[in-house]
Amino acid sequence: MITAGLRLESHKARAMQRPLQIAGLPASAVVPLDQGGGTTASPAVRPGMRVRIGTAIARPGDSRSATVHSPVAGIVRDIGVRDIPTPSGQALCIVIENDGTDEWDIPHAPTPWALVSPARLIDGIREAGIVGLGGAAFPTSIKLRAAREQSVEHLVLNGAECEPWISCDDALMRERAGDVVLGAQVMMHACGARRATIAVEDDKPEAIAALQTALSAASDDRIALLALPALYPAGAERQLLSAVTGREVPYDELPPAIGLVCQNVGTAAAVAAWVRTGQPCISRIVTITGSGVNQPANLEARIGTPLSALVAECGGYCGQPRRLIAGGSMTGQALTSDALPLTKAMNCVLVATGADLAPRGREMPCIRCGDCATACPAGLLPQQLHRGVLSDDAELFERHGLADCIECGCCDFVCPSQIPLTSRFREARAQARARREEMQRAADARQRFEQRERRLAARAEVERRAFDEARRRARGDGPPSGGPDAI
Amino acid sequence: MNAATVLPAIGVAATLATTLGAALGWAATRLRPNEHRLVESINALLPQTQCGQCGFPGCRPYAEAVARGEADIDRCPPGGDITVRALAGLLGREPKPLDPRFGTVPSPAVAVIDEERCIGCALCLPACPVDAIVGAPRFMHTVLEARCTGCALCLPPCPVDCIALHPKP
Repeated sequence: MITAGLRLESHKARAMQRPLQIAGLPASAVVPLDQGGGTTASPAVRPGMRVRIGTAIARPGDSRSATVHSPVAGIVRDIGVRDIPTPSGQALCIVIENDGTDEWDIPHAPTPWALVSPARLIDGIREAGIVGLGGAAFPTSIKLRAAREQSVEHLVLNGAECEPWISCDDALMRERAGDVVLGAQVMMHACGARRATIAVEDDKPEAIAALQTALSAASDDRIALLALPALYPAGAERQLLSAVTGREVPYDELPPAIGLVCQNVGTAAAVAAWVRTGQPCISRIVTITGSGVNQPANLEARIGTPLSALVAECGGYCGQPRRLIAGGSMTGQALTSDALPLTKAMNCVLVATGADLAPRGREMPCIRCGDCATACPAGLLPQQLHRGVLSDDAELFERHGLADCIECGCCDFVCPSQIPLTSRFREARAQARARREEMQRAADARQRFEQRERRLAARAEVERRAFDEARRRARGDGPPSGGPDAI
Repeated sequence: MNAATVLPAIGVAATLATTLGAALGWAATRLRPNEHRLVESINALLPQTQCGQCGFPGCRPYAEAVARGEADIDRCPPGGDITVRALAGLLGREPKPLDPRFGTVPSPAVAVIDEERCIGCALCLPACPVDAIVGAPRFMHTVLEARCTGCALCLPPCPVDCIALHPKP
């Protein structure tokens, strides 16, 4: 059961006033090769080459990445490091100039998924470039393979979409509920799960009705639909799994350890689209919303489209936009420019005016009221973590579980002293990680140094023996007799 | 007050002092803290650049000197304040700023060999304490960037000054 969390003003209705729209093709697409978890696919094209829609332009560099496909037809103009709207800030990108022919690569064929072995299906999902569309962009094939290896039995589809402003999953479930159900069936076959639950927050009655219709059409009694109370952050993976199954994922384990695997509904729909048509993942649904946009809407847009083009598609800016945010108002990331490209991880672009931004007062000292501990959905004690972070006491904040913070922003939101807790925690985690890496490097250096010392000592010993031997021979002595030296 | 009351008191005090002194003396020799393990823990906190800026010929000799109480904890510039604080925590002392006589905190750097100018003399190879330079006589040398600690010990032996420290990318 969810024990903590917040009821927030959802602001979702604005973008849901208009149906899902297909965005126009960009004049030029900037496709990031960065994948969740810090791995990068390696480019398979060179500047000047012509590609078509769906051409594989980058291959998985290692087992932790997926294929990347061209979202437009045209000429590869550049391969280089560009700014992208993810926490890392920059990544290797392939820039493709659209020639407007809109020509697809080799005709794609549907996959008879029920007849394909799960291993082949997982490879196909990787080849189709399908990654977690909930926001992490972690390759789906890796999650499915881990789930298969640990023989999970329950697949949970995350349609909670708890964060204010974001409504892309809501739009998807209303309009493509059939794909969500088909995706669930395909993924159950791939990972070996025996049942599935589609979890949706109860403030999305239209989505729930559409899913019910799709479920009765599919008549698959292995798949259940569950309405969750709308309580932020119900859609965070660990919180969702405990709300759905009543079991908690151990802090140092991943969901497959207790027989669960969690996927976003958008990912399920992408898998379904791939098995139905054979087309790889080259687009996603993104919410363009906020008081700074004329006509907020959900758009299905090609990956690599500049955000400015998406805002223009929604009637352009209005009022006085103060901030451009990738994601929702709780965990979103402020962007520096609207020229940044759409990525597979981006579920929402929030153009906030002064009216949308809560005024933030001056930070006051912690009064240890404990409101943050009541709100924390991860069951942590943010006030103690904060004390550890302020005094730079790694031992204290690690003992209090900083690593388990999901950075949902609940503690920040309720803090009467307006302490920016989440950003402090995020910074402290990055520093702790850097320090650990530094320690590891020092340990490696010490090992190399000690091995070198041993090697040099051994060599010196050999040389000394050889010298002694030569000296004895020169003097005509026999082998050492054990008696005192003659000198 | 007479001798009959004072003498037993003195006797008790003297016996106590002798037995406790003997026990303490025995404990001091037999139950001594494991110095080797202390050296290991101190060494684990040092940055292992083996640069010698502390005045000792490497990180372990410095750790030994700190364990024996012969050197203070503020002599390691590559480790910076973080190392001083970690050492203070380990040894139960007050943290203090780095002693500027031993140098200032360097920015992270790696050695880079200018391959145009390298003559393949191999003199820098034995100078590297962590075996981070690859090369052989009359062959091109290069630095393994991931292994270089930026200690600058390879700079002086180079006869053509083709090694430079670059900021770490």
